[in-house]
Amino acid sequence: MGNMVKVGMADMNICKAPDAITTLGLGSCIGVVLYDARTKICGMVHVMLPDSTAIKMNDNPAKFADTGIRDLLAMLAKEGVAKASLKAKMAGGAQMFAVKSDNEMLRVGQRNAEAVRKVLASYGIKLLAEDCGANYGRTIEFYPETQELYIKSIGKELKII
Amino acid sequence: MTARLEEFSDMEFDVLKEISNIGAGNATTAISTMLGIKVDMKVPVIKFLEFKELAESIGGAENIVTGILFGLEMDIDGMMMFVMDCKSAQKMVASILHVEEAEGAEFSEMGLSVLQELGNIIAGSYLSAISSLTHLSIAPTVPYLSVDMAGAILSVPAIQFGTVSDRALLIRSEFGEEGTNVDGYFILVPTLEAFEKIFTSLGLSN
Repeated sequence: MGNMVKVGMADMNICKAPDAITTLGLGSCIGVVLYDARTKICGMVHVMLPDSTAIKMNDNPAKFADTGIRDLLAMLAKEGVAKASLKAKMAGGAQMFAVKSDNEMLRVGQRNAEAVRKVLASYGIKLLAEDCGANYGRTIEFYPETQELYIKSIGKELKII
Repeated sequence: MTARLEEFSDMEFDVLKEISNIGAGNATTAISTMLGIKVDMKVPVIKFLEFKELAESIGGAENIVTGILFGLEMDIDGMMMFVMDCKSAQKMVASILHVEEAEGAEFSEMGLSVLQELGNIIAGSYLSAISSLTHLSIAPTVPYLSVDMAGAILSVPAIQFGTVSDRALLIRSEFGEEGTNVDGYFILVPTLEAFEKIFTSLGLSN
């Protein structure tokens, strides 16, 4: 087993097998993994909001689904990974508090998931698996060696997708 | 009107410090009364952290914590959250209910109820501090409670902050009687318009 590369909130990174990559405590945020099964190179971005164009404060591209995925693709391209060889998996987008409201901000988990799906589709990248929604936090680990995404939540069985 | 939290002036930060000092003072008095004990309070520590650092401040993104979320209503829009790690939460529950301190992240119905009540008291304390300084009317919604990983719970106020900043304001209050310190973390996220209202009413508008 290699090293475990860490990705924080509004952050991104890449790794190559035998290393693995992780982000901890995903709530309403989404952890998006892009990976190439042949070269066993992958990248992960931990996004918080759907759309950088909707907000003035958009200096950090990793914060948003659109610019986060765009920049992760650029990072992977630098390693010689072509967009056409990439597949995706994602997890997160929970609604952590049972607030009943029409307030859009409280639906942000769901909006993040929708935004990620849309952005991936626009790049023609197939989303092969996802574990989104519900009302609990997730820690995820992606192993490019096997292309498996491990999802750990408190009080729940380990999920592998 | 600044569009970024990072552009707050020193004077505006001093105001936030003042509010949190008074809020923490109010909260401590209220909790002492509730617990029937003398509660010491340390001066609250205020940090302006990058999102990546937020969870680290509360024991790490996987540390299990209790988060009590309130919406803000009336003159001020936004949300606020009170967070305690599980150990601190169990200590508070045990003190208030006069029972043995439980281990881990399991809370009884009564325990959860006590935590929500604690949340109510603390929310009320901070909001009355802001109200008394600014003469604005602010009311909290009912509390919403979650027990989960710090990263997941903090993602909610962090995302709210994320719409106006790349950092979040975290206020750490340490209180407890001799030997049993409890750490509570307070995150106040008014909308930018609300921050402006607060500063204007204090004569600090630009």
